[in-house]
Amino acid sequence: MTGVVETRDLMLRFGGVVAVNNVSFTLGERELRCLIGPNGAGKSSFFKCLTGQHLPGRVSGRVLIRGQDVADLRAHRIVRLGVGIKTQVPSLMNGLTVEENIWLAARRTHGFAGGAAATQELIAELELGPIARQTAGELAHGWRQMVEIGVVLVQRPWLILLDEPAAGMTGDEVERLVGLIRRINQTAAVIVVDHDMAFVRMLSSMVTVFHQGAILVEGAANRVLDDARVREVYLGNRTT
Amino acid sequence: MSAWRSTGRVHWGWFFTAAAVLLLLPLVVDTHGPTVLLIWALFALSLGLMWGYAGLLSFGHSAYFGLGAYAYAIAAVNVGESTLPLLLAVLVPALLAAVLGAMMFYGRISDVYMSVITLVVTLILFKFMSATAGDAYRIGDARLGGFNGIPGFPTLNLPGSPEISLFGTPTYYVCAVALLACYLLCRWVLARSFGRVLVGIRENEERCALMGYDVAAYKTAIFTLSAAMAGLAGCLFANWAEIVTPSVFSLRQAAEVIIWVIVGGLGTLVGPVIGAIVLGMVKLLLGEQTTFDNALILGLLLIVVVLAIPRGVVPALQRAWRWQRQRSRHAAANPRRRLGGAAEMRR
Amino acid sequence: MDYAGVVFLEIVYMIAFLALTSAGLAIVFGMMRVINLAHGEFVMLGGYITIASARAGIDIYLAMLVLAPLAVGIWGLLVERLIIRFLYGRMIDVMLATWGLSLLMVGAVSMIFGTTAVSVPAPIPGYSLGSFQMGGYNLFIIAVALLLMAAMWVVLRFTRAGLIARGAMQGPEVVAALGYNPGTVYMLTFTIGAALSGLAGGVLAPLTGLLPSSGGAYIAKAFITVITGGAAVISGTLSSAALFGFVNQLVSFESGPVIGEIAMFALAVVLLRLMPQGITGRFFRGGT
Repeated sequence: MTGVVETRDLMLRFGGVVAVNNVSFTLGERELRCLIGPNGAGKSSFFKCLTGQHLPGRVSGRVLIRGQDVADLRAHRIVRLGVGIKTQVPSLMNGLTVEENIWLAARRTHGFAGGAAATQELIAELELGPIARQTAGELAHGWRQMVEIGVVLVQRPWLILLDEPAAGMTGDEVERLVGLIRRINQTAAVIVVDHDMAFVRMLSSMVTVFHQGAILVEGAANRVLDDARVREVYLGNRTT
Repeated sequence: MSAWRSTGRVHWGWFFTAAAVLLLLPLVVDTHGPTVLLIWALFALSLGLMWGYAGLLSFGHSAYFGLGAYAYAIAAVNVGESTLPLLLAVLVPALLAAVLGAMMFYGRISDVYMSVITLVVTLILFKFMSATAGDAYRIGDARLGGFNGIPGFPTLNLPGSPEISLFGTPTYYVCAVALLACYLLCRWVLARSFGRVLVGIRENEERCALMGYDVAAYKTAIFTLSAAMAGLAGCLFANWAEIVTPSVFSLRQAAEVIIWVIVGGLGTLVGPVIGAIVLGMVKLLLGEQTTFDNALILGLLLIVVVLAIPRGVVPALQRAWRWQRQRSRHAAANPRRRLGGAAEMRR
Repeated sequence: MDYAGVVFLEIVYMIAFLALTSAGLAIVFGMMRVINLAHGEFVMLGGYITIASARAGIDIYLAMLVLAPLAVGIWGLLVERLIIRFLYGRMIDVMLATWGLSLLMVGAVSMIFGTTAVSVPAPIPGYSLGSFQMGGYNLFIIAVALLLMAAMWVVLRFTRAGLIARGAMQGPEVVAALGYNPGTVYMLTFTIGAALSGLAGGVLAPLTGLLPSSGGAYIAKAFITVITGGAAVISGTLSSAALFGFVNQLVSFESGPVIGEIAMFALAVVLLRLMPQGITGRFFRGGT
């Protein structure tokens, strides 16, 4: 059975450091999964293996997205398969307006005219109207996160990878984000990487816990987050 | 104010005024000086397009200028008629740029290394051409001539009629038309989605790739276009100078075009043109005096501009003018309103 | 047999030449990430000062080993305070400003010394290697280059200043953490780099006629040597100098000096494409 995402014995090395250690992972169609773990556990490195953002030649093992091996593909090729990627640090064109940022993304998938319509649709959907004409560089952090998610969503991906989407958001914004993620999960598989336990609990999905580059435990959110091993691994980190 | 605002719009009023001035100029002055100014302006425009809008600084842009000049001269000597040589002058540099660009951009090298590699390429060409003295070095009937270069090749003629030479004032018109046409071409390219994506790449390359755009392909494409235009300028230069020497590949030439662009204004199309024309005039005038060395003044100018007006004169003036207008417009309406941030241009 | 000896010496000489002329640039690039495109002119300036001093009657060894580095070092200090200081972190801007500086220096030297070549005779006579006549002065240059590399290594490894310098290579925060002002460290680094360039210029002065445009010859090779070498100052410079010196001379023996140079540059383009972090970036992480 090929899932939407599947890795087999995936390893990622930097010099002497093994960042991802023999990870075998599967994600099903329209599944929502959270990847958690303390800093340095390897979740971001694993994420980079899925997004083509690692340096070439460092990866061994297989990374399959809907059956296609993407281990050596560059980021833009992976995105063209229908994957949406939001990076850890909000990454937008600071000199362009919100509308223009979204249009640029929409243009690729919807064409010139279709792009304009899709842009307006998305702005309405995410309630970005008030800031649509502002340049991305001026926005507060929480808004930037939202806009970047918008940039990802407008291309209608069937697999969405979100790296710390809730960082810097207020409580209200986080609630909206949770609702949004549930909504997009109806049509796409979603992987969320985060270490904010409260946020992960709110999503209450399946959770995969990383530790020292490998998978420690997998299971339903509430069960995993109360697991003694997970708490131990997080000792010293903020938990709820 | 969005960074895309500077891309698409031609101020037709200014354009036609400039065109009229250019076309009527020969009635008032001798065209020899103005011709080379237009050629330098075209050269600067080619670099300004790539550097200002895609954020790619080619430190050795003289390579394509020189290749255009040499390709024309060599082909003209062999063919006798100027149409094919003109074509080659545009295609040969474009081909080099396409190959070099693909090699660099698909290899994910950084901006600094791109600058270094392009500098080394023009150096290689300079050294090679300087050493090609003697009969052994020839392409067809054309002796490369080493340091002395290639003199006495057929200059531009009316396409298809080799007896009707375009030398002198007609060449001036050719240059003027070439500059105006290339300017419009640049505007057109920038107004297309292609241009929008380029600016996106300049603003945030990673995000552009994550939107699914093949960034390396776009960079290679604009590099190729820029090199083609530089080659055209080089070909026209060969026709103006009536001789082609390795100095077209020199570091001095490479530095000059960068100075014109950066003084005139990075991030605009008109800035490099004005920079080249004004500084070109200064160079022509300075060349006649011997009190201060040319290089000294040029060098001092570059240092001052980098330290004081890093984005060049034209954008600084534009910003000042725009800021002044906005200030007077908004002052009465809403004194506490925050003005929009200007686009940050990455070099 | 003699021929092999000649080839060997020529290669060693080329490596020494590259290492010597690149040392100043390597220090400045390795520690401050500053690409000084006026480096060639610093070398040229060292040459002019040596020749002018020698003509004025000063002992040539004093002129080349003391006076030249001192004078060019002071010039470097001025340049750092007036120009470089404002451009840290802006690599392209530094390249542009130093390019302007190189033009300025060429112009100034042309105005002061004129544009005809000046020269001074080599203080060491030639010798014979079998049936070949060799320049004895080349051996002196090789010796100076070796001593310089050794001195740099000793300083970086075993002195406090060297420790601070190695910290500076990691970043200004490390310098600050050690309790020193990064600005001051950078100022001194640039000055020393300039002094070394002046030294190279002084030592090389007796070789050929010097022109204001001679800097151009030095910068190109030094530049690619340093960039290809990567961030580690000594091992980087030495490994790329070795590689380039070897290739340059080998090809020169086959096809003449110009093709040899071109081969060197072409190799640089290929290497930079394959190893953008330089040789040491790829193979010798974290070394000196």
